[in-house]
Amino acid sequence: MQENFYAVTHKAPDLSHTFKERRTLRNTILTACLWIVALIASVPLISVLYMLIVEGGARVGLDLFTELPPAGFEQGGGFGNAILGTLVMVALASIISIPFGILGGLFLGFIAPHSKLADVTRFIAKVLTGFPSILAGVFVYASLVLAMGTYSALAGGVALAVLMLPTVMLTAEQAVRMVPQRIKDAAYGMGCTKTQVALRVVLPTALPGILTGIMLAVAGASGESAPLLFTALFSNFWLGSFTEPTASLSILIYNFSGMPFENQIQLAWAASLVLVAIVLIFNVLSRLIGTRKV
Amino acid sequence: MARTLFGAASESAISRQPTPREFFYDRMFRTLCFVGGALVICLLTYIIYKIGERAVPAMDSYGFGFITTAVWDPGREQFGVLAEIWGTIYSSILALAIAGFFGVGMAIFLTQDFVPPKLARVFRTIIELLAAIPSVVFGLWGIYVVIPAIRPISNWLHDNFGWIPFFETSLAGPGLAPAVIVLSIMVLPTVAAISQDAFQLIPYKVKEAAYGMGTTKWEAITKIFLPTASSGIFASLVLGFGRALGETMALAMLIGNSNLISWSLFSPANTLASLLASNWPEAGALEQQALMYAAVVLLAITLVVNALGTGIMAFSKKQTVS
Repeated sequence: MQENFYAVTHKAPDLSHTFKERRTLRNTILTACLWIVALIASVPLISVLYMLIVEGGARVGLDLFTELPPAGFEQGGGFGNAILGTLVMVALASIISIPFGILGGLFLGFIAPHSKLADVTRFIAKVLTGFPSILAGVFVYASLVLAMGTYSALAGGVALAVLMLPTVMLTAEQAVRMVPQRIKDAAYGMGCTKTQVALRVVLPTALPGILTGIMLAVAGASGESAPLLFTALFSNFWLGSFTEPTASLSILIYNFSGMPFENQIQLAWAASLVLVAIVLIFNVLSRLIGTRKV
Repeated sequence: MARTLFGAASESAISRQPTPREFFYDRMFRTLCFVGGALVICLLTYIIYKIGERAVPAMDSYGFGFITTAVWDPGREQFGVLAEIWGTIYSSILALAIAGFFGVGMAIFLTQDFVPPKLARVFRTIIELLAAIPSVVFGLWGIYVVIPAIRPISNWLHDNFGWIPFFETSLAGPGLAPAVIVLSIMVLPTVAAISQDAFQLIPYKVKEAAYGMGTTKWEAITKIFLPTASSGIFASLVLGFGRALGETMALAMLIGNSNLISWSLFSPANTLASLLASNWPEAGALEQQALMYAAVVLLAITLVVNALGTGIMAFSKKQTVS
């Protein structure tokens, strides 16, 4: 009986797709289109990197890092002060935003994840990640620059901190949430207070994830230019104090890109190469930290 | 006997009750975290308040007419941002159309097993690195690569199809078309990343059911996966739109900064953000007030769009998971 059953239906259903069917043909054509889409989408990055290496790489030398930007028809020059300015302002921004970001992340992910305040905070932080960076500049101009009476590195740092905070906070939250419940339970079982669990168990466990977020935020902040236009402006001299206008790579690129002088345009390309290198270093660091422990 | 044994054990155990001091520190630290969380809310409120405060003088003197007129003339003290609002929304919609097509395509490509995982990671990294390139660098690239590259095409389109409103002017240098191309490249990573999440949230059993019924890959994608992921894709588009609205430097370098309302893709235009960036350094006191008003308009538009996008994303996640 059993054998009979198989004998009747031994012809298996035809599962192959042949090109005689219109639907198979359409499937192949759409797949090909998708490949084209993916390849076209990869062109801009390759083109940007190619141009940076060819145009910017031609000017790379030690004088870029040690000399000041040239004026008008001057030849040579560099942008050492802009590199220093960018790094100083990003460091300031990190000092301001990272502690608050981690505290906020702990609050969202560990202290009170389901409270009303946490819901509102999370929503606003997400809205702030899409906040136009130029408005952070306008805000710091209206609050800090006017109060201090001058454009300054400090104001630039604060503006960048406003932009870094939501990123640091939300990635810290994600990392904190990943900490397994049983580890926390074990700590509670030994009589830890919530604070001790947070500081001695949750934070160390979540550290790689938090660092990933910080690196990403730093990478983003180093490339920012619009907020600096309103807060740090630009300077042709070395950084003297935190309360005077400060040069940055991105503003230098912006200023030089529109100039009619060949020398300045070359410098703009070289500055772009340096800026992208800085951004990519932090980006790659974040990837390395992120993949090492998950 | 048992009691002494237990007592002896607890003598050497490391577990104990928290001391009053530790309870006190606990309270303090929790409060501190609370402050950290509440800070973001205060920050946004303070941002709105501060920018609003600076814009009040201009709001008083120009009123609602600021939004409905298209002049920007510091000499005659007349200001209006209609052209900039038009430029902002028009350029963002065009950029989103391009970025939406490529972003969703890329998301399908990377999540639906078209390529081996290793190659998929290469493509994913390329798109993610695109998000890392600073705006000014894209601006520079746009000036020296995109504009020369599209000039012959745009001139040909203008010569042959000049009667179509989109091509009615010729590309002199900076203009809407290069700005839109660069803008779409900058929005692409946002759209691609969030739509990828949306596709990955589709339950595996839905996939199995679709393929089990003998669909081709594309039938499954267009008839089942796209509708299932649609609210997530919609959220990605809204958030991408928010990004595009606020993008500043690349546009300030590429769009030509002129106060025009035109359908033409090759005419120069302006956006709110690039108006702020390019006029600020030389602005007098009165123009600065007007620019603050423009910042308020930009703030209002982007906050609404971003809140909408975040809301839709939260809704779609809840919907797909449940």
